Amino acid sequence: MTELVLFFIFGALALVGGLTVVAARNPVHSAMGLMLTLFSLAVFYVVQAAHFVAAVQVIVYAGAVMTLFLFVIMLIGVDKAENLSETIRLQRPLVVLVGLTVVVVGVFVAVGGRFAWITGVVGAGPEVNGTAEAIGDDLFTTWLLPFEATSLLLIIASAGALALAFFRPRRREGKEEGAP
Amino acid sequence: MDGWDVAIVIVKVLVVFALLLAATILLVWIERKVVADMQNRIGPERAGPWGILQTLADGLKLLFKEQIRPNKVEVGMYLLAPVLTLLPAFLIFMVIPIGVPFTVTLGGVERVVSMQGTDLNVGLLYILAMSSLAVYAVVLAGWSSGSKYPLLGGVRATAQAISYEAAMGLALVPVVFYAGSLSISEIVAAQSGTWGGIVPRWNIVPLFLSFVIFFIAIIAETNRAPFDLVEAEQEIVGGFHTEYSGFRFACFFLAEYINMFNMSAIAATLFLGGWNGPTFGLTGFVSWLLPIIYFFIKTFVLIFIFMWVRATLPRFRYDQLMTLGWKRLIPAALLWLVLSAVVVGWRQFGAPWT
Repeated sequence: MTELVLFFIFGALALVGGLTVVAARNPVHSAMGLMLTLFSLAVFYVVQAAHFVAAVQVIVYAGAVMTLFLFVIMLIGVDKAENLSETIRLQRPLVVLVGLTVVVVGVFVAVGGRFAWITGVVGAGPEVNGTAEAIGDDLFTTWLLPFEATSLLLIIASAGALALAFFRPRRREGKEEGAP
Repeated sequence: MDGWDVAIVIVKVLVVFALLLAATILLVWIERKVVADMQNRIGPERAGPWGILQTLADGLKLLFKEQIRPNKVEVGMYLLAPVLTLLPAFLIFMVIPIGVPFTVTLGGVERVVSMQGTDLNVGLLYILAMSSLAVYAVVLAGWSSGSKYPLLGGVRATAQAISYEAAMGLALVPVVFYAGSLSISEIVAAQSGTWGGIVPRWNIVPLFLSFVIFFIAIIAETNRAPFDLVEAEQEIVGGFHTEYSGFRFACFFLAEYINMFNMSAIAATLFLGGWNGPTFGLTGFVSWLLPIIYFFIKTFVLIFIFMWVRATLPRFRYDQLMTLGWKRLIPAALLWLVLSAVVVGWRQFGAPWT
């Protein structure tokens, strides 16, 4: 019952946040909308007894990523008149197609499961153990390879970002303050 | 989970709320007295004995002052920011144990009541999460005020928070190694006892460097001098709260002092053994009361260091702040992290060549 009430409250908040991200005129409002969505997701994790994931969600997304977003928005100052013309052709039709697919799949899952996700009575899932110990155990034994692959991916991404920033055609540039 | 359990939780929340407010009133007075002493002044002395009611008088004054709202503010965020600054401040203290549990019989059932809001399995991460949320209020207040100086304060706050959060988190990892848990109550339990009957088993002994890094980082996190660039009066007027007045300003003021108390309490819990201390073989009520007294003594000693640092050191320059954070503290914390990992691993699994 508590779970259901929380789901409706924070589900609605997550949707409001998501809509704010795309609809808000002001980039700071968009960032705060995204923040609201991420925070609502953290509440969902808590409800699902995954406390570790919830804490990490708040630390990483709310704490680090969104703070950086805000920093960049404030420091650079995004122009309010953004150029909205498309540079990638077929982008809009593709978006419509993908969006429709997601909606259809969602409806299919909902109807196929006979709304078990709303009533929450059918099929009690496996016992969830969301403690840090359990997740650490799984991560470093069963899922070690995917975990290492992911960390490799992240390192490649950050190295790539550094390379893009450093090895540019030679031009006289001021020393930049190191943003993390 | 019956009515009594719910009642216990509600009482705990109210106690934390009252405790933090009372601590703030004391803290402001202590700080003014201590700093005055260090600067050869007298400090507040008119309101109440030794001026102890000065904070109360100031608080009431702020409560009745007009709340000016400039024309150019972004109304929603402007009104939200003072509330947002108080929320994490109050929430952090919920996971800090201030004493040993006691048993009480309510509704015919004997219940164990811990002196802690709630014992989360991921307590330490919860603290980091909440303290990372605290910066939003500052940033939003700075941005929504719609004027130059607050915006500068907000941008400075973001950069500072990101830089020092990393050092803070890294400094805490060795503590987790030594305790083997993220739960705050277990970290405290792991620090009970002594080495050879003299030296207490506090984390500060093997992890002194961690403690130093953590303490520097929390001074920066709470935006206190010498890291108070966010509200540097000589450079950017009042910083992020320039456009706030009356009770909204009081919210920021309150949050700053609550955060200082919180962070000192966290440092005392993680590095100074929390409520651990000698009980001298006493039993009953006294043995329950002593740990609470120890906890507050340790916390206030750290708070005194906060004030001492504030009265002693001049403000950092912005580039010095960034250099200290990124080029000194983070590498030192990383190196120390690897070292303590080796030590803990060696102790647990034996030497690598055996």
